[in-house]
Amino acid sequence: MSALSIKNLWKEYGDQIVLENVSIEIESRAFVALVGPSGCGKSTFLRMLLGQEIQTKGEILLDGEPLPKEPGPDRGVVFQRYSVFPHLTVLGNVMFGKELQASRFAARLFGSARRAMEEEARAMIAAVGLMGSENKYPAQLSGGMQQRLALAQALIMRPKVLLLDEPFGALDPGIRAEIHVLMKKLWHEAPMTVVMVTHDMREAFTLGTRVVAFERPRDRPEEKLRYGATITRDIAIWPPRQAGVPSIFRPDRDGPVSSKGQ
Amino acid sequence: MRWINSHPGNGSRLALALLPFILLVVAYMIGSAERLAENPNDKLLPGFAALGEAISRMAFVADVRTGDYLLWSDTIASLQRLSAGLGIATAIALLLGLVIGILPFARALLSPFVAAIAMVPPLALLPILFIVMGLGEASKIALIVIGVAPIMIRDLALKALELPREMIVKAETLSASSWQIALRVVLPQILPRLITTLRLQLGPAWLFLIAAEAISSDSGLGYRIFLVRRYLSMDVIFPYVLWITLLAVATDILLDRLRIAVFPWSELEKGK
Repeated sequence: MSALSIKNLWKEYGDQIVLENVSIEIESRAFVALVGPSGCGKSTFLRMLLGQEIQTKGEILLDGEPLPKEPGPDRGVVFQRYSVFPHLTVLGNVMFGKELQASRFAARLFGSARRAMEEEARAMIAAVGLMGSENKYPAQLSGGMQQRLALAQALIMRPKVLLLDEPFGALDPGIRAEIHVLMKKLWHEAPMTVVMVTHDMREAFTLGTRVVAFERPRDRPEEKLRYGATITRDIAIWPPRQAGVPSIFRPDRDGPVSSKGQ
Repeated sequence: MRWINSHPGNGSRLALALLPFILLVVAYMIGSAERLAENPNDKLLPGFAALGEAISRMAFVADVRTGDYLLWSDTIASLQRLSAGLGIATAIALLLGLVIGILPFARALLSPFVAAIAMVPPLALLPILFIVMGLGEASKIALIVIGVAPIMIRDLALKALELPREMIVKAETLSASSWQIALRVVLPQILPRLITTLRLQLGPAWLFLIAAEAISSDSGLGYRIFLVRRYLSMDVIFPYVLWITLLAVATDILLDRLRIAVFPWSELEKGK
């Protein structure tokens, strides 16, 4: 289970109110797409879910428990840039989290423990379509491949929540369409809730189970400082999209659903 | 085509690189020949024959008094001091730079202090070092360390701070502890910069070494230059300066090769 419950969330930077009174219940396994104009605080909202920033007021509960005040392995993330480590190869990047978890002091694995983990990492690399690039460095990958790598690196930790901050915004449309197919497949297969910030409406409606819009209800120049953005629309996709289940009317709409379901 | 868009080919690139060196040598030859024509005993700009004679005397004939081959014993003495100083400075810089770059508390504690220390002119401290540590090797090595370490610390701390926050956050979501982030995320990414900052500090390190050797020593390249200055022995000074330059340039190139060999990704990232 991985339900998020956000209650009366406020975020202020000094006098500037960025978000006001944001409340939303995100059910387990949902895929929420956050949209809205630039500077409306949707990335700030995502960073609060991540634990990178702390809310001024209100609470965020993950499965009923308040979120810890810093990022952790229960919440994976893919940013638009700098999501992978330039000094590690593809294999090294994907194994990285597992290595950190298994070896708290040396942060490295050797011998049979390493081989076992490599197996898992190679399977993950294959799942995101990067087979054959295991020994390349990120600088040798295209933008789309780097984002696939970032997804693999985050997903191998089996996070409860996957947070995506405009992850595909810098990709060209063809590559983006390919990675959307992958994203749907991963969402169907991994038991996680996804929250994605995007500027691309088409992407929001292609991937999401819900599209949530952030807007400033009061946006006159003299109001900008003291009134923040909040959720103004919350649109459920119809016919509903469900993790692990093909769409009722057009089974191919939501991408490949593997037979194993979860 | 605009000048900014025309690039030299391989051949002309080599020729252009060599041109200033050749011009320098030619200018020296002309100057030397003119002075020697006026006064065959001129000591200021000795001819190539005199230079060659001095080189072979310093490098291949044992000194009558000590039995050493002076150029080599001087080189070894200087390189020992230099490598000790740079080694200590590098170790300090890596440790403090990493800590300042990663931990906000360490940054608050040490950053202003290091910034202030970096502004102390090291040569002004030399008398203090000689008084406190004596005239031996320790004071010379200490001068190099004091001279180059603060700048290296600041450079590495800046580099560590420059790492995108996203990368640190990503590591946290992969369950990394502060120690693990230092060890596996920040340290490997500042090591290439450590080598580069070491390269940039080679010049100052040599400066401090020669300054210390000039004032108090009984061997070393700087000691020799300042010793023979009394006899106006330009035939020894010129080759020694050239030799120091060669050593520094070779170290610089080797260090860069080392960086590319050990951290191939740092070269790949360069174009970004």
